[in-house]
Amino acid sequence: MRDIEAPEIGDLLDTAESMKEIATREIKKVPTLRGKTVVNLFYENSTRTRTSFEIAGKWLSADVINFSASGSSAEKGESFLDTARNIEAMSPDVVVVRHKAAGGPALLARHLKCSVVNAGDGAHEHPTQALLDLLTIREKKGHLEGLNVTIVGDITHSRVARSNIYGMRKMGMTVTVAGPPTLIPPACQEMGVKVSHRLEEAIAHADVIMMLRLQHERMTGGFIPSLREYSRVWGLGLDRLQHCRPDVLIMHPGPVNRGVEISPEVADSPYSVILDQVTNGVAVRMAVLYLLAGGKAA
Amino acid sequence: MSTREKAEVLDQAGLDRALTRIGHEIVEQAGGADLALVGIKTRGETLAARIAQKIAGIEGKRPAVGALDITLYRDDLGTRAEQPQVRSTEIPFSLKGLTVVLVDDVLFTGRTIRAAMDALMDLGRPRVIRLAVLVDRGHRELPIRPDYVGKNLPTSRKETVAVMLAEHDGQDRVVIQEPEEGEPQPAAGARVKGEVPVPRTMRPTKKGRE
Repeated sequence: MRDIEAPEIGDLLDTAESMKEIATREIKKVPTLRGKTVVNLFYENSTRTRTSFEIAGKWLSADVINFSASGSSAEKGESFLDTARNIEAMSPDVVVVRHKAAGGPALLARHLKCSVVNAGDGAHEHPTQALLDLLTIREKKGHLEGLNVTIVGDITHSRVARSNIYGMRKMGMTVTVAGPPTLIPPACQEMGVKVSHRLEEAIAHADVIMMLRLQHERMTGGFIPSLREYSRVWGLGLDRLQHCRPDVLIMHPGPVNRGVEISPEVADSPYSVILDQVTNGVAVRMAVLYLLAGGKAA
Repeated sequence: MSTREKAEVLDQAGLDRALTRIGHEIVEQAGGADLALVGIKTRGETLAARIAQKIAGIEGKRPAVGALDITLYRDDLGTRAEQPQVRSTEIPFSLKGLTVVLVDDVLFTGRTIRAAMDALMDLGRPRVIRLAVLVDRGHRELPIRPDYVGKNLPTSRKETVAVMLAEHDGQDRVVIQEPEEGEPQPAAGARVKGEVPVPRTMRPTKKGRE
């Protein structure tokens, strides 16, 4: 999201919006990517992203192959690049990569001739998530420019936050990040966001609140005193929701840890658009696959 | 690389008369019942709405009107330098058992119509599909023939046919353009058959057309 500009984001969102109609059809398939092969190369666990890339590819008539590191030759000691080169030898058109190392997909893009899509690399970026979040906000609010967004939680380890901050700033939105100081990276201000260490203050005027999960798998030391303490100070429950704007949108990229960062009542409330985000994920990934199938890098 | 207007084929009154006649022909052949008009985006959609208005004037009942975007059904994706912009298909009714009249502005190679028929079939099973076009300029590459034609217009391949409609271009006119030198270029604002709007994401820095 760092290297893509506002007009391109707008085009991607427009294309995704057109793709949504296909999901409403009785026969959810168009012949656009017939004869193309999409390989999902996932080195990290995923429910939503992998499934929605798979559905997106299949609705566009591409052949989609799923590869996950566990159960593959990666466990026998094959390197990431060697695995990717072997996959490439089977001539796919698009490789969708998720990797725990930041820059993993970029490394592949340099070495492979086919198109490479970043489906999340470490704590770096998750561009299609940011695009589906923008699509959801634009759909619900009618526009993006001028909106106030507050992202709450583990900003340091969140590729979703990073991609969203780049994207939202480019679309003219104001972004506030809120969380315990240990989970807010010091370089935040350079990305043009406001920092808040009080949840009530950060969410009071927000049009959109995005709650993030604590990424225990990326945490190396003691970032928070305890889960219960975190939940009490930074969790979004009905009591805190009362102080928000009446038209606030509650978002969460998933997986949701109910009762930690968000209470079940809020996650299932009418303010919550968490499942709309998932629906839009398929449309956004269809748009990305469609635009890449012309053979040009994006 | 500029173009010169070679001739005006239809003026506002001529265009309107052609649509009126198409409306009458459709009603005569298909009747007003179980009829739907589906325009191919963008100008076909506008023409379909106008023909529906004509039919409403004749029959007292406006047939259902839908809009079809055929981008996802094109046969030249991946062979073009850029991917064309996808727009949405809006057909908010069931096609099952209907007489569907496809409406487009210019009939040229017939490939758009092939794509449109495939797209319609994916959306349902119409009883009959017919084809209405404002201009048939020849040069078919597929065995496709229109049922209702506003104007038969023999052209050379080098020429372009520009359909301008008030809703998009500020005026109702159809003109033939020919290249002054080099490639043919469309009149400002008008879309020329065969040229497809391209999203910015894929747009090359230099203006390149096939």
